[in-house]
Amino acid sequence: MIPTTLKHTIAVLVNDQPGVLQRVSGLFGRRGFNIESITVGSSEEAGLSRMVIVTTGDENTLEQVEKQLYKIIDVIKVIDLSSRPMVARELALIKVKAEPAERPEIMGVIDTFRAAVVDIGPNSLIVQVVGDTEKIDAMVELLKPYGIRELSRTGATAMIRGNV
Amino acid sequence: MSAQIPNVQSTDELREKWMKPEVITGSEMLLRSLLLEGVECVFGYPGGAVLYIYDAMHGFDDFKHLLTRHEQGAIHAADGYARASGKVGVCIATSGPGATNLVTGIATAYMDSVPLVVITGNVATTLIGTDAFQEADITGITMPITKHSYLVRDVEDLPRIIHEAFHIANTGRKGPVLIDIPKDVSAAKSLFKPHTEPVMMRGYNPRVMPNKLQLDKLHQAITEAKRPLILAGGGVVYSGGHEELLKFVETTGIPITTTLLGLGGFPSGHDLWIGMPGMHGTYAANNAIQQSDLLISIGARFDDRVTGKLDGFAPHARIAHIDIDPAEIGKNVKTDIPIVGDVKTVLEMLNIEAGHSSYADEWRTTIAGWKKEKPFRYDDSEEVLKPQWVVEMLNDTTRGEAIVTTDVGQHQMWAAQYYRFNKPRSWVTSGGLGTMGFGFPSAIGAQMANPERLVISINGDGGMQMCAQELAICAINNIPVKVVVMNNQVLGMVRQWQELIYDNRYSHIDLSGSPDFVKLAEAYGVKGLRATNKQEAAAAWQEAMDTPGPVLVEFVVNKHENVYPMVPQGATIDQMLMGDKE
Repeated sequence: MIPTTLKHTIAVLVNDQPGVLQRVSGLFGRRGFNIESITVGSSEEAGLSRMVIVTTGDENTLEQVEKQLYKIIDVIKVIDLSSRPMVARELALIKVKAEPAERPEIMGVIDTFRAAVVDIGPNSLIVQVVGDTEKIDAMVELLKPYGIRELSRTGATAMIRGNV
Repeated sequence: MSAQIPNVQSTDELREKWMKPEVITGSEMLLRSLLLEGVECVFGYPGGAVLYIYDAMHGFDDFKHLLTRHEQGAIHAADGYARASGKVGVCIATSGPGATNLVTGIATAYMDSVPLVVITGNVATTLIGTDAFQEADITGITMPITKHSYLVRDVEDLPRIIHEAFHIANTGRKGPVLIDIPKDVSAAKSLFKPHTEPVMMRGYNPRVMPNKLQLDKLHQAITEAKRPLILAGGGVVYSGGHEELLKFVETTGIPITTTLLGLGGFPSGHDLWIGMPGMHGTYAANNAIQQSDLLISIGARFDDRVTGKLDGFAPHARIAHIDIDPAEIGKNVKTDIPIVGDVKTVLEMLNIEAGHSSYADEWRTTIAGWKKEKPFRYDDSEEVLKPQWVVEMLNDTTRGEAIVTTDVGQHQMWAAQYYRFNKPRSWVTSGGLGTMGFGFPSAIGAQMANPERLVISINGDGGMQMCAQELAICAINNIPVKVVVMNNQVLGMVRQWQELIYDNRYSHIDLSGSPDFVKLAEAYGVKGLRATNKQEAAAAWQEAMDTPGPVLVEFVVNKHENVYPMVPQGATIDQMLMGDKE
């Protein structure tokens, strides 16, 4: 049987302590687990932060990731979000080359994606787009022909749907 | 044995003195907190960033401080103390180079799950991050090799942190915890509020009690098994579950193999004990693993030196795995019956309903046959001294009752093969990290923890030179360790691999130019003896045992001896080179 490599989104609730990001990311590095993206911010509880990590690997790898994370004293809880219906969103800022003559056409693309223009320069625009990873990939593809000068993505943050 | 070894008892009167709420410095809080944790002995080395801590120790005799001659000696001694006693080992070093000299020792303890509290000084909080003199980010450097670490930023936190550190180090899967104390924190004064109440930490709740359903599955599997085998590791010793293990083995009648770190966890004279498995394990243990239909791992972690080629490991066996660390279960070997819990607790619960493995009579006969047919063997000689013979002599003269520490290499394997351990916490060796330089200083710690027991430190001529400087503290404190140097003038294990696997291409293994070990010992004020044949060996060893203080005995042994059996890397463990002459 060939192990199936899948993308997993996991949420890690951690003590908001100095060095905690290093503990978590260092663990992934030294045990050879892949990190596609990692986001960190405050959580609903004071003193705790929530990290959302997108990683790839088979079921065994995911099990090891979870177990090894639990061994970090500052880790309170680990949840495999992608095992259940979830909402995952990412934000991207895209600085795209836009001479005044091209702008209407670009605006058309932006509107279709329900994205927003958050800055206008003499010959460029900054586009802000929010959505799942596939939507942002598509937006980037469509803007490529105009010339992308700079791209900055936050990585996904996510939550399980419903009352869980 | 030695009047120099302290015997500080924590009396009520003393505790009251230590608990007293007074405005004191962070350094004094540290010392009092250590005393409240039951610390009797610390190993350390002063320096700039720990001057306040050492100032607080001036004229202080509530616990013993041993000044080693290298920080690496201090941490290995603390490690030996912890392994031989079950208590937390403590060492102290200064910032920067003092702290980085501890790194090998921290990794050694981490790999073998040894409880240590490692205290380092750091530059003042105002200087951290400025590349100040003797600054090193030791919490960052040691993150992958500590169970947890603290950088203390506020003196108010110090008593709580120390209490937590001892709790974390010595519960669950044990391990080293580092506390980094900046110089201004050790100097700052505050009201001492001792922490002695049980520790509550949201992110740390090791699971002690196993799942009952899994225990039932194991009982069922034992009843059905025709070829069951127990593989017991260091977890038996660390949990204090050796008596429960003996009862479990005797009730079920299942043969048992103990890993390198599990030696002493089960009496080696027992009929059902079949020796150590793995790369240099017994013929019986390796064959038994490969043919078993139920392999019960108890506090062992399927290290690559035990499993050999993982793909072909125990191909017919259902695997039951008992471990306190859930991450070990399924990490290397697919597990059918996972049991997470404290080994001692699990065995106690198993023993309530354990039954005899009644289908396994034929298997027991087969295994007993292997054990009898092919025990460890070597070709003895009257011309040259054989290292295996030396270990047998040490065993016979001490009736297997000594605490034995080793360094790493051939002598370590011979000690594991030929010394017959009967008690737990009598065997101190670096199994996971394989740290040369560990053998001698760890014996100093083991002796401090067990002033009344005979402690033998077995070393090669390579490893002995990695921490030989600690002969000084043996001499000064009259610590009566018997230091054995198996001198074959070569890095033996490397030579063995180069001979067998690298086609006799001997590359940089010749240790000629080593010091005269007898004179080296004498230079430190330690008695030194040398033996080159059996007669001299027996006499020198007798003299060493009759001498009340520390003694170094150099055994000049055969250079060309190999450790057998040997499983070549990449082979399954039943493909052993037996070393028999064709």
